[in-house]
Order: sequence, then structure tokens, then C-alpha cells
Amino acid sequence: MEIIVLLKRVPATESIIMIDDDGKSIKTNNVKWVINPYDEFAAEEAIRIKEAHGGSVTVVSIGPEKTAATMRSALAMGADRGILVNDPEVDSRDGLSLARILCAAIKNIKFDLIIAGQRAVDDDNYLVGPAVAEFLNIPHVSMVIKEEISDGRIRCHRVVEGGTVVVDAPLPALFTTQRGLNEPRYVSLPGMMKAKKKPIDIKSLEDIGIDLSSIEKSSVTVTSMRLPLERENGKMIEGESAGTKAAELVKLLHEEAKVI
Amino acid sequence: MSKGVLAIAEQIDGVFRKVTFEALSEGKRIADQMGCELICLVLGSGMEDIAKELCKYGASRIMVADDPALKEYMTDSYVNVVDKIIAQEEPAAIIMGASTQGKDLSARLSARLNAPLASDCIKISVADGNLNATRPIYGGKILAEVALTGTPQIVSIRPKSMPVEEFSGKDAAVEKVNVDTGDICLKFVEKIMNTDQVELTEADVVVSGGRGVGSSDFAAIEELAAVLKGAVGASRSAVDEGWRPPSDQVGQTGKVVSPDLYFACGISGAIQHIAGMSSSKVVVAINSDPEAPIFSKADYGIVGDLHEILPLITEETKKI
Repeated sequence: MEIIVLLKRVPATESIIMIDDDGKSIKTNNVKWVINPYDEFAAEEAIRIKEAHGGSVTVVSIGPEKTAATMRSALAMGADRGILVNDPEVDSRDGLSLARILCAAIKNIKFDLIIAGQRAVDDDNYLVGPAVAEFLNIPHVSMVIKEEISDGRIRCHRVVEGGTVVVDAPLPALFTTQRGLNEPRYVSLPGMMKAKKKPIDIKSLEDIGIDLSSIEKSSVTVTSMRLPLERENGKMIEGESAGTKAAELVKLLHEEAKVI
Repeated sequence: MSKGVLAIAEQIDGVFRKVTFEALSEGKRIADQMGCELICLVLGSGMEDIAKELCKYGASRIMVADDPALKEYMTDSYVNVVDKIIAQEEPAAIIMGASTQGKDLSARLSARLNAPLASDCIKISVADGNLNATRPIYGGKILAEVALTGTPQIVSIRPKSMPVEEFSGKDAAVEKVNVDTGDICLKFVEKIMNTDQVELTEADVVVSGGRGVGSSDFAAIEELAAVLKGAVGASRSAVDEGWRPPSDQVGQTGKVVSPDLYFACGISGAIQHIAGMSSSKVVVAINSDPEAPIFSKADYGIVGDLHEILPLITEETKKI
């Protein structure tokens, strides 16, 4: 099984996210970068499939050179190689362009399966996985919590509101991950040592045959960013006993907040 | 003169998801601003009569793509059918709910049509015939304003974030359209639904428990949720402990909920959890630790033992 994992480097959730002076981008100087949590599920599942069926796992990413360090964690988990598209011309916020670039980066790989995170926890856009599948003309299933592969087909359990739907697709296919798919393994010391020797090919857009002028200019533009309104200072409910506090809370919810 | 706003309805087993009414209402507001019509597309099987229910949301036409092959949502057949309707109707904008179906369909459609997509929007406006949308990013820590250009433009809306508007006396023409599912290869195998539970992402009330619950004994949480006709949620800690299943998890890698009322019980308030519930209208925090960060994110707080306090809240609620 030749498996591709789409990986994005994102700020760790604990990072304080601050708006840059231009008012429409994020300050990245003090950010701790991690593998997008949903892509970590993807890498883990790819490695498990490799362990069960044989084959290899290639991790593909787009970003600055330092992204290689983040990809190295996936190699330490058990992926075999990485491809990093590093080019200052890449507009990191245009999902369709990113999808086209990823497709060009993998065009020489005869893959059976692509696994992607359902979304990146910075953009929260849910776009790149399905877009890659569309451009490659392969089926995709999103938000998968369980998969089984046999006889050139993949059976996916996808999460929907109130339950799961089981869908069957022929390979090659793409699926995106949902929490519950697996628990990613911790990176071991031997894993990290092995990872240092695994190759990460760094490519420019020209290397992969993408002419930026052929990718239409982004039609989604961030014009500004702001912090959401903070909740006004909440009310701590005091009282002599748990009973009086509970009664006071219910009164406020009923009369003041009007939610019950 | 723009060609219209197309709202894509979503139904499960013949029942429209609530966000469909929200998408139609917002679609009508956008259409009014654009000076064009709102049209609606229903996909499913046996939906022709049921589709009439949508007449009161302001669409001038309701197209029904009715076929046994469309009974269950499958990405490829739905995208192919919607693609053909879009080629025929040439809408300026397409709107749908950002449900699991909507997120999936809008993404593949965006790539199919090379059309800009803003997903999970909480506010939409029109400027010079183009859509501007407000959408949460970084788990809701930042709100981004995005401007879309090109035709068509696709938006999906976060459930429970936009008001529903009904119009009395409005009559929409309901018409069956030809269904051509095109080349498809996905096969529906089965559907397993938790029919006895209120779905987290659609609940008006969510009562969540965290590490402070102390064990898998969530009875106090479940009873309050039941009395309020709400759903039970959990923090990642409770799920990691094995006390609740991953499908109950509210948070960055769990579900994002926007109920009118959210109870965070025994939950300290980690940023990843806040990412899942910050757009709740009213937040109540119950925690034995007065320093728990959750209190700064709540509208009301009680310091105390949730196993003692929740049953008392349940009792008080029954009296209303």
C-alpha cells in the first residue's frame, strides 16, 4: 500500500494568537509549531495501515523550510519519507491553490490511499482534503473514525450528526480524519534517531511544474481580523448553601438570561 | 442583474435539518441585498410533498431532485446533481448549513467549480454584489472577515448562528428536476444512529462534564440534561479517562457546539475545550476550584461540588 499523508504545520493551541500590525494576519514570531492534530491522526492511521498491509508512507507538506522539523515527527512515528514544497510565492491562505500544489507534488507517486485531516485548526476551512480528491478525480469520504481495507476497496465509517454512516469506496481514494479514529503513538527515541536518516525532499513550485500565473489569483481574501467580544465579567453566585446557590442560578437563568 | 441565490436544503430520512431553515432565511436576506431571487434545491427520495414545507422561507422556486439514489447523502452523487443544477441556473451565490454534509459538499463543490468558499460563517453581508463573511478561525480565538470574488461564491453557515425568518402568504413554485447522478463509485453500506440521544451540535442546551466528575458516574449531568431536553457533552479529559465516548467530546478536536445554554461541570477551561463551546449564548461553570480558568469564560459560576449542586439545579428547574 502506497499511502500519502497531507500534513500541515499549525500553531499549538496553547500559543497566544495575536493579530499582526496589518490587522489581517497572525503574528508568528513566538508561536510553537505542531502537526495539525487531525493530520496526526492521519499519519498514525497511515502507519498502522502500512504495518498491517505493507508498503510505505509519504508525508507531504507546504511551508517554509522549518516545516521539515515538524514533518520529522511524523517520520519518527514511522512514516518513510517527506516531500516539502517550499516557495515564497505560495499564498498560504488559498485552499484551492494549496490543493493544486499538493496534487502536483505527488503526481509521480502511484498511491493507493491519501489520508488528510478533516481541517487545519488554524483556518478551520475543511477544504483541502476534498479539493485534492476532486483534482485527482478520486472518491473521498470525510470525518472518518474507522476504516477497513480489503480487495482494493476501503470501507469508511464517517461521523454524522447523531450517528455514523458506513461508506464503501474503490481505491485509490482519499479520506479525512475525525477524533476517535486512533490515538497517535508517542515518538520514541529510536524512532527519532531513525527519522534523522529518512529523506525529506524540498521542492520549489518550479520543481513540481506549477506555474503560479496558471493558478488563478485567490478569490478568498482576508480583509481584516479581530478578537471576538469577551464575555462580560461573569457573575459568581454566592449563597449560604448549595441549595440557595442552585435556586439563585435557576432564577437568573429563567428571569435574566431567559434561557430556561 | 445577478442570477439568484441558491440555498441547498438538507434532509435526513425526510426531515429537514434546522440549519436548512437558517440557510434559506440568510439566503433570502442575501438575495434581497443583491436584488435577485432566492431559489432552493432539495435532494432526496420521496421529497416532493415534504419540500412544500420550505415555501414559507422566501424562495421563489423550490427545485426537488427526487431519486432513490439520493435517499442517503453521498458526496459524488450529490455533487454531480448540484453541479448540473448550478450550470443550469447560474446562481451568483450558493448557501448551505455547515453540517457534516454541508462541510463535505461545499468543499468538493468549491473544487469542482473552482469557486471561492467561506465555511462555517457566523455573519454574511453583501458589498458590490460580492459576499463578505465573518468566520471564526484558530478555534474561535480570532474572527476573520473574508471577501469573496468570482462566480459563483459558496458560503456555509454555522448552525444556530443566524435567525430564521418565516413569510406568511408566500407561495413558491415547487418543481421536480431531472436527476442525473453521473459517474459515481461510493456505495452506501449502512447508517447507525443514536436515536435516543439529542445531537450535541444541534442541542439548545448542553451539559458537559470533565475531570471533576471523578468517574464514569455522569448521572448528575445526564439528569440535568434530560430535564432541560439537552445533550450531554464531555471534555477531552473525561474522554481520555474512558468515562465518555469520543462522540461526546466538545472541543478543538471534538465537536463545536453553539447552544443557548452551556453547563461546564468539573471542567477547568483548557483552551482546546473553549474552542468547542465559546459561541454558546450563556455559559454556566460549576467547579470546586475557585481559580479554575473556566470561570473567566462563563456568564455565571458556582464554586462547589457538582455532584451536590447539579441535582439541586435539576430540582429547581423542575419547579419552573
